[in-house]
Amino acid sequence: MPTAAPGGPPRRRRAQRVPAALLVPALAGLLFLVLPLAGLVVRAPWASLPQRLTEPGALTALRLSVQTATAATLVCLLLGVPLAWLLARTRFPGRRLVRALVTVPLVLPPVVGGVALLLVFGRRGLLGGWLDATFGFTLPFTTTGVVVAEAFVAMPFLVIAVEGALRGADARYEEAAATLGAGRWTTFTHVTLPLVAPGVAAGAVLCWARALGEFGATITFAGNYPGVTQTMPLAVYQTIEGGDLDGAVVLSLVLLTVSVAILAGLRDKWITSA
Amino acid sequence: MGARVVRAALAGVTALAMAGLTGCGGGTGASPAGSASGSAVSGTVTVFAAASLTESFTRIGREFEAANPGVTVRFNFAGSSALANQINQGAPADVFASAAPKNMRSVTDAGNADGSPTTFARNQLVIAVPKGNPRRIDALADLTGPGLKVALCAEQVPCGAAATTALSAARVTLRPVTLEQDVKGALSKVKLGEVDAALVYRTDTRAAAADVDGVEFPESAGAVNDYPIVVLRNAANRAGARAFVAYVRSERGTAVLTGAGFQAP
Repeated sequence: MPTAAPGGPPRRRRAQRVPAALLVPALAGLLFLVLPLAGLVVRAPWASLPQRLTEPGALTALRLSVQTATAATLVCLLLGVPLAWLLARTRFPGRRLVRALVTVPLVLPPVVGGVALLLVFGRRGLLGGWLDATFGFTLPFTTTGVVVAEAFVAMPFLVIAVEGALRGADARYEEAAATLGAGRWTTFTHVTLPLVAPGVAAGAVLCWARALGEFGATITFAGNYPGVTQTMPLAVYQTIEGGDLDGAVVLSLVLLTVSVAILAGLRDKWITSA
Repeated sequence: MGARVVRAALAGVTALAMAGLTGCGGGTGASPAGSASGSAVSGTVTVFAAASLTESFTRIGREFEAANPGVTVRFNFAGSSALANQINQGAPADVFASAAPKNMRSVTDAGNADGSPTTFARNQLVIAVPKGNPRRIDALADLTGPGLKVALCAEQVPCGAAATTALSAARVTLRPVTLEQDVKGALSKVKLGEVDAALVYRTDTRAAAADVDGVEFPESAGAVNDYPIVVLRNAANRAGARAFVAYVRSERGTAVLTGAGFQAP
């Protein structure tokens, strides 16, 4: 990817004319993505905004959302980075199938993900039944359940980003480390990880943002109870179900602001330099 | 206007004859009506209906289609409040059937109804428990038992509002594990075995009789839900919408509804 270097290239690029056949659909596309967000801003009840924001329900849901999305991202980092490494650096039969399976949650309707999670981790699920019988512990309707649902839908984002970074990284550094006597684990922690750090960070940000917006799998698997499992997206849905459009707009606006701030703040720093 | 309603009613009678449910008494009205000349309705009728009406309206829709060849009924089943929101935001619908007067009011207040709504059914809460009632739940008070997981509807949706009324009438305070967005959500948590009980409508437990039992409780009498139905102002198929509403309120429609566990208004 060519990056703008100080000096000549930018001037030459400005001189290059953008064909209307590209510019028009590009602007239409931009408008299509931004207009609904603008709609939220325009429609927001600005006068009552401060008072609505300090309502305990809104703050509780926001705090829970941030906490669970962060926990889910940590889980994804712990499990997803090794998984990405396995996909990028090793060869084994059925690797293409494994990669396809890893990305399935990305395209699966989240509600289906929630049902699938229930069938495994639910009280009568394959593993959940055993958990319940042995430890008296059930995942549905718990905050941990929310983290599980979010991690399930968000992990592919991390794995894809990290795998891409690993494939793009120069393997010669790892080979050099190996010839100098570094073990596989040392090579991974001292050479590979620093090399793909921007990719890992970008993946983590995407993963966090996806977890923050998770709705379908959460409501299906973890239920909806204020303070325990009711994250921001669920609170938005419940508010609009109650006929309070203004309230839903306010909550949506908060979620939008947090997401845009995180994505804008971290994207420039990490993703572009990757 | 009046003629259309009469025609719709005739269509209903024709349906009765076609369904072969009239026995010998229905013959008088059916034969002169003649379905070909009698039913002026055609096209698609889009009905937005509360989730708790899923089974009975699907059946009524099929019978209505059989009675009016050329008509297709399309349903959008969801929580009443979600539907009311969609209608008020301009969703293309011909008929709205709500599980509570409150959500109907938000549609009429916004000026989106054609005429005033009529109540066509009532529904009562029961306690849904897994088949065989393994936790032996006989009354609302049993729901507070230790280690018992209960699902309720959120207070913002009709089944949740009714549950709150019934619980406070029984002076029972309980902490549910989840507040579901519609009654089907609460019921499915029982079906899946994730909760031990849920407060749902009697009709829902009837429809899911293979998996759940419904435990009746006296306090539900004070929390009966009225179901209003109305033709919408922006209905693209007004004649079809009126005919459908008339069919729902006809003897045959009422029979389907009471068969599903609803009470006639």
